[in-house]
Amino acid sequence: MPDTRIVVAMSGGVDSSVAAALLAEQGHDVVGLSMQLYDQSGNQSFGSCCTIDDLHDARRVAAAIGIPHYILNLEQRFQDTVVSNFVREYASGRTPLPCAHCNSDLKFSTLLERARGFGADRVATGHYARVETRAGGRILLKRSADTAKDQSYFLFSLTQDQLAAAVFPVGTLLKPAVRREAQRLGLTVADKADSQEICFVPDGDYASFVARQEPAVAHAGPIVNQQGDVLGAHEGIHRFTVGQRKGLGVSGAIPLYVLKIDVDASAVTVGPRAALDQTTLMASGVNWIAVDAPASWTPVAAQIRHRHRAAAGRVRALEHGRAEFEFETPQPAITPGQAVVFYDDDVVVGGGWID
Amino acid sequence: MLRCRTEPLVQRIYLDHNATTPLHPDVLDVMTKVLREDFGNPSSVHHFGQKAKSVIDQARSAVAALLGGDPSEIVFTSGGTESDNFAIRGVAEALERSGRRHLIATAIEHEAVLNTLKALAKRGWTTTLLPVDQSGVVSPDALRDALTDQTAIVSVMHANNEIGTIQPIAELARLAHDRGALFHTDAVQTAGKIALDVKALGVDLASISAHKFYGPKGVGAIWIRRGLRLLPLMSGGKHERSRRAGTENVAGIAGMGEAATRARGKMADEALRLTALRDRLEDAVLRAVPGTAVNGARAARVANTTNISFDRIEAESLLIALDLEGVAVSTGSACSSGTLEPSHVLKAMGFPAHRTQNSIRFSLGAANTEAEIDRVVAILPTVVEKLRNLTRVPVRA
Repeated sequence: MPDTRIVVAMSGGVDSSVAAALLAEQGHDVVGLSMQLYDQSGNQSFGSCCTIDDLHDARRVAAAIGIPHYILNLEQRFQDTVVSNFVREYASGRTPLPCAHCNSDLKFSTLLERARGFGADRVATGHYARVETRAGGRILLKRSADTAKDQSYFLFSLTQDQLAAAVFPVGTLLKPAVRREAQRLGLTVADKADSQEICFVPDGDYASFVARQEPAVAHAGPIVNQQGDVLGAHEGIHRFTVGQRKGLGVSGAIPLYVLKIDVDASAVTVGPRAALDQTTLMASGVNWIAVDAPASWTPVAAQIRHRHRAAAGRVRALEHGRAEFEFETPQPAITPGQAVVFYDDDVVVGGGWID
Repeated sequence: MLRCRTEPLVQRIYLDHNATTPLHPDVLDVMTKVLREDFGNPSSVHHFGQKAKSVIDQARSAVAALLGGDPSEIVFTSGGTESDNFAIRGVAEALERSGRRHLIATAIEHEAVLNTLKALAKRGWTTTLLPVDQSGVVSPDALRDALTDQTAIVSVMHANNEIGTIQPIAELARLAHDRGALFHTDAVQTAGKIALDVKALGVDLASISAHKFYGPKGVGAIWIRRGLRLLPLMSGGKHERSRRAGTENVAGIAGMGEAATRARGKMADEALRLTALRDRLEDAVLRAVPGTAVNGARAARVANTTNISFDRIEAESLLIALDLEGVAVSTGSACSSGTLEPSHVLKAMGFPAHRTQNSIRFSLGAANTEAEIDRVVAILPTVVEKLRNLTRVPVRA
């Protein structure tokens, strides 16, 4: 479909750069948009961030491809959706997944809305995932051809409307092929390193970031074992994630892991690795993509974090957008706040937030 | 490297002349000739140096004529920002030991002035920013109240870059002088647009920039009243009467001179033509697009500028949507990444937050025609309507 206008969300990285270049080469009317998401004024309130360089990279790539490029200031929107959720989740003893929120609440929400204002019906990104329209009109989200790079996990919350507008040009390619494309197209970002997971905390010190944003979270509490015996103290529940082993400040005869975070008591429960294993989980805010909410048990595989290999089990939908999942074999560290995404082979059946 | 996509067939319409203007072909010719033939260093004693020096002398006379000053009072700089910096820092530092360590400007100045004041404030100077009324005009009373016996310099722009309103410079300068303070005007947006007579205005320093009146970028000038002493920004050779060290940008200066001569010659006629075009645009937009208002309309304005607010629109989106339709406009200030920030000018005029982010500046220039204005007016309602139907900007009264 040449000559339809498509907005490409350009991060300055190799994937979205190649996405833009491929669409332009196919003859689409491509408009590059980059999102300025946090303070670039040099105050560096978010640490030693180099993202201004990424915006410049995006601009240079757009110029090389010969497409118009604009930077949108979405700082407030990013703060109100992604960052505030990130902070709130940590303050609630959960481990957030900001990239998924960014996809559904920013890229395929605010950015898509802006794109429509600019006469574009669709937004392309550099995500490794595929969309496919099934007979009957339902749009499927599928894992990318490069299974090691697959990012469908972060896209589970896209609605049918959002998926209808989504274009993932590199989803059918393997990463080395993407880099080769970048070289062939003469893009300067061909050899650029992949981005880190959470862009707005470039130093990776989530605890300090959360404490800066929400100083109230940084209050002490007990570290207890499964029997409730106090083993030590901690400086705030936002410093912990279920499954975490390092930085507990307590030691036992066997290695100890965070099992549970109790926000009301500000207590962190620790125990042996075996105690991390669980068979069931509950999810809320579930978005069903490939099927209507299944009332009866349905066999699917579930992925409970980005680097988790989806494990077999069964799911059924409950009321109020919730779902219940049972693994065939127990899985370690099912972490509240992360996403659970249900797969049927490489098709995303649906997904939700682990409670 | 990829082939570039061919430009669409629509002719682009440039309505951002307050940001910069295209080089006039005659200016380009003069500059090319100088670059080719007059390569000498103006400081050299020999023939080549003398030729280059004479190029600069001619340009100096032309620029002096544009401002109503004497050629010996003109110092060439790299542009408006350097001129503003030189005026304020140069005076502040020259007067530092006299005890005059207070600086005054308006809240609607260009960043070149505002940030120079901020930088000096960090080093111990006290600063006052004067408020403006809802038309964007400074009241002489506000200046009278702000002046003290410690005030070293008052800096007020001749016309504002975002809304085009003209300040009562002569009256303000008189007030400053009454308290023994010097007066600088940033005339970047008026040079070449309206008659500019530094003597009649009674100022001590004036900044101008060549690329705002069809000259090249990277060259500007400052008019410094004869006898006024200010510390130079750079140390080096004795160029520009020891006020601005560094080998002169000879071709740029020649271009500025040519641009100044051209601008002076047709200023009055061009102002009339642009006023008519601007009013045509303004009237049509106000009529064709509901929820629009002109910012600063009640004050005297430079002929080419109108700043219009669009209810329930983000200026950023409107600017992009118009660019995709081939119409180049602007808002006030852009930050380092190129994204838009709320206008400090509209904020100072007392407009609520949403209006500082929903306003677009149209600044017209030499090449604009009635047909272009009519096309913009034809495009605007549809573009605005589309954005209004899509964006979630909160509806405010």
